[in-house]
Amino acid sequence: MIQLKDIYKIYPMGDDAVHALDGVSLEINEKEFVAIIGQSGSGKSTFMNIIGCMDVPTSGSYLLDGQDVSEMTDDEQAYIRNKTLGFIFQHYNLITKLTALENVELPLVYRGLRERERRAIAMRVLEKVGIAEKAQNLPSQLSGGQQQRVSIARALAGDPSIILADEPTGALDSRTGREVLDFLQQLNAEGKMVVLITHDMGVAEKAKRIVSLSDGKIIGDKEVTQWI
Amino acid sequence: MDIMQSFRMTMKSLQANKMRSFLTMLGIIIGVASVIVLTSLMNGLSKDITSSLQSAGTNTITVNIPARGSTRTFGVSDMEKFVAETPDLFKSFSPSVGVQITAKNGTDSVDTSATGVNENYDEIQKTELSAGRFIQYVDVARLQKVCVIGSYIADKLFGGNVYADSALIINGSSYTVIGVLKEISDSTASSTDDIVYIPYTTATRLAGNAFIGTWTLEAASVDKIEKAMTAINSKLYTVFNDEDAYRVFSMSQMIKMMEEVTGSISLVLVGIAGISLLVGGIGIMNIMLVSVTERTREIGIRKALGAKRRDIMSQFIIEAAVTSATGGVTGIIVGIALSLLASSAMKMTTVQSPNSVLLAFGVSVAIGMVFGYFPAGKAAKLNPIDALRYE
Repeated sequence: MIQLKDIYKIYPMGDDAVHALDGVSLEINEKEFVAIIGQSGSGKSTFMNIIGCMDVPTSGSYLLDGQDVSEMTDDEQAYIRNKTLGFIFQHYNLITKLTALENVELPLVYRGLRERERRAIAMRVLEKVGIAEKAQNLPSQLSGGQQQRVSIARALAGDPSIILADEPTGALDSRTGREVLDFLQQLNAEGKMVVLITHDMGVAEKAKRIVSLSDGKIIGDKEVTQWI
Repeated sequence: MDIMQSFRMTMKSLQANKMRSFLTMLGIIIGVASVIVLTSLMNGLSKDITSSLQSAGTNTITVNIPARGSTRTFGVSDMEKFVAETPDLFKSFSPSVGVQITAKNGTDSVDTSATGVNENYDEIQKTELSAGRFIQYVDVARLQKVCVIGSYIADKLFGGNVYADSALIINGSSYTVIGVLKEISDSTASSTDDIVYIPYTTATRLAGNAFIGTWTLEAASVDKIEKAMTAINSKLYTVFNDEDAYRVFSMSQMIKMMEEVTGSISLVLVGIAGISLLVGGIGIMNIMLVSVTERTREIGIRKALGAKRRDIMSQFIIEAAVTSATGGVTGIIVGIALSLLASSAMKMTTVQSPNSVLLAFGVSVAIGMVFGYFPAGKAAKLNPIDALRYE
């Protein structure tokens, strides 16, 4: 469960200060599927970094499953990222030198699992996203949609309770994009919290709840009713 | 993150940039190879020197009296008397009179040095003959024109075929060759085989100077050397009343001195080679810094996926250490190959010591770790969002 209270993120810019997040309070419960929507500059990336434990707020508190993240050291945050969070990025962010399988194994490497266990888990999630036959390919040998599936597999490998997807369809054609969104819905149906960051209302509507950000403030928070 | 994983990652990135990896390693390769070559050459040199000194007998004492202009002298009869008086310290002695000569047989000639000695010399210096006999008392007493020649002279002037009545022309007069020495080193010019022995009485006449400046004495035994040196020193002091008029030294002292000299020379050489190791290390640091910058995004991804600082740190340190160690192993192979080549092609003695190989390997790994530490720290401290945003 994510609890944000009065989150400010302020970047000093010369004499001025940019309020990337300007007093954001939000709760996201387990098993929710939330889309965070906003134009570029609305603060949604900063928002994503903070709930992804990659950045700390200037002020305010962020409780993740009851633990205060802003009080944590770098390494403790790394541990939370590894255990609780799974990231899906717009540009996939696969490591180009590693095969699909090795990329999927990475979170498990940092968890300290032995090679045999890692391999078994990685193969299982690759099968789940339907790309097991490409396990030994390098990212450069895969299409965009295939790469995004590998990155979804990587996000799932550590069996996190929260999936963070940052514009996951941004670099994909509409058909492949729809597949990815269907997959996120399926994951949510299986009980994972999914947080989807996007600027595209069409994409956001796949979620159950839409939170709109503008100028670092929440300007809207509604349930999507036409959910089928 | 386990070591094997880091190791495999390293091999991958080394293979991905073959040329760059090779150039990075080159400094280490050259450094390690030169350490190995230099130590094996120096070990070989000191082994050569020591063994040629040892072959001359370890319980010999050499006395040098460069006393020109002094009215006091210490002649053959004085030395005879002194040695006869101290039979518990000295076994025997021989004068050693060096003369530069031109030795000829027919049209072949060599410039070399003759040493005038007495009948005890072969016993003192443990010289061994391959044919004939050594100089005897009668040769000395009668100023006979006889000579014993080294194997280099025998090869060079007689083609190795010396007969009982072969004659050698020394500075124009004919000497009968009475013996040939066994080969000691390798029968080359200026080696211990490039030698002619003649009776010292003949030698002083040849030199036109009856003065005897060098003496070789044989101590009664190795453990009497110290006492014998003290005795001859005090004897000479009573004669010359001046410590600077003579010098006494033993072969074992000489060996020690030589070892000290070669030891410090090899230290200097290894030090110079060590500088190239240092330069190699800086090369590694340079490339690691470039590599950290190039892989900023990768580091960001790894951090986002839960890599802790020490995971990133160890990945880069292992990469630097493996690069450096690969260079080190290559350097060891190149170094051993070069020193073997030197010993076979240039007939130089080389001694490869396992210690210097181990040391070179250890040093190259250590260099990688030390010089990899700073770039690795830089990588580990990267902020994941900054790193992910990096293009």
